[in-house]
Amino acid sequence: MGSRRIWSLAAVGTLAGAFSGLFGVGGGTVIVPMLIALFAYGERLATGTSLAAIVIIAVLAAALHGGIYGKVDLDTGLILTVPAIAGVIFGTALQQRIPEKAVSLIFSVLLIGVAIEMVVG
Amino acid sequence: MDLALAALLCALGGCVAGLIGVGGGIIFVPAMTIVLSKGQVEAEATSLLMIALVSLVGTWRQKRYGNVNLRDALLIGLLSPVGVVIGVVAANNLPERALRIGFAILLLYMAARLLRRVFTPDDPGSGASSPPAGAGPAPAPGPPSGPAGS
Repeated sequence: MGSRRIWSLAAVGTLAGAFSGLFGVGGGTVIVPMLIALFAYGERLATGTSLAAIVIIAVLAAALHGGIYGKVDLDTGLILTVPAIAGVIFGTALQQRIPEKAVSLIFSVLLIGVAIEMVVG
Repeated sequence: MDLALAALLCALGGCVAGLIGVGGGIIFVPAMTIVLSKGQVEAEATSLLMIALVSLVGTWRQKRYGNVNLRDALLIGLLSPVGVVIGVVAANNLPERALRIGFAILLLYMAARLLRRVFTPDDPGSGASSPPAGAGPAPAPGPPSGPAGS
């Protein structure tokens, strides 16, 4: 891996974290389009890699919230995680069956919506 | 009844997470604040726990499909906390309006790049839009441009 690529990925991670720190929006909103647009990732690879990065980010943030501030409602969280996991299994399976460009199109709509919300919200 | 509705919404959030690679918090948080009347901070903290577990399962599934670059994910994930600190410091020292407009421009730029990709016909010989599962990322097309490179 070239040093330029490492620094660029580091910039993606830092920017995703900054976005989360500033606006409370998850890093995936930044990671996925950057991997596609700047690193020529395919949509499926970008979303899979984004999910793996989010695991690390969310574990750190949840540990901080739960360990220091004690704000995590463990019972509710675990109950609601069951249907959410069923959803993510369905969503990843569905993604393999639709054209990759459909993912980019859905994501474009999401980005435009979030951008508008940030300005007028 | 409320819990059933929240569970249904969280199933939808998980589906969105798997489909487009985001955490799902955009749906988990309102499911808890609006449907279950949780406080905003408690809902966000609980959502993070859910995102961690949902993303873990999503990663496992995508890995089976050959759609995860663990090395890049590790680098991005481990450096994000640095960005969180920068973001929190910036949020407390820079005008919020300017930050919001700046990031909105970044998101619109990304949306434009994605839309250009969507509406650009594929090169018939490249098969670029649907690489075989597990093919890994294409080589980076030269130095990155735009905000990531700055």
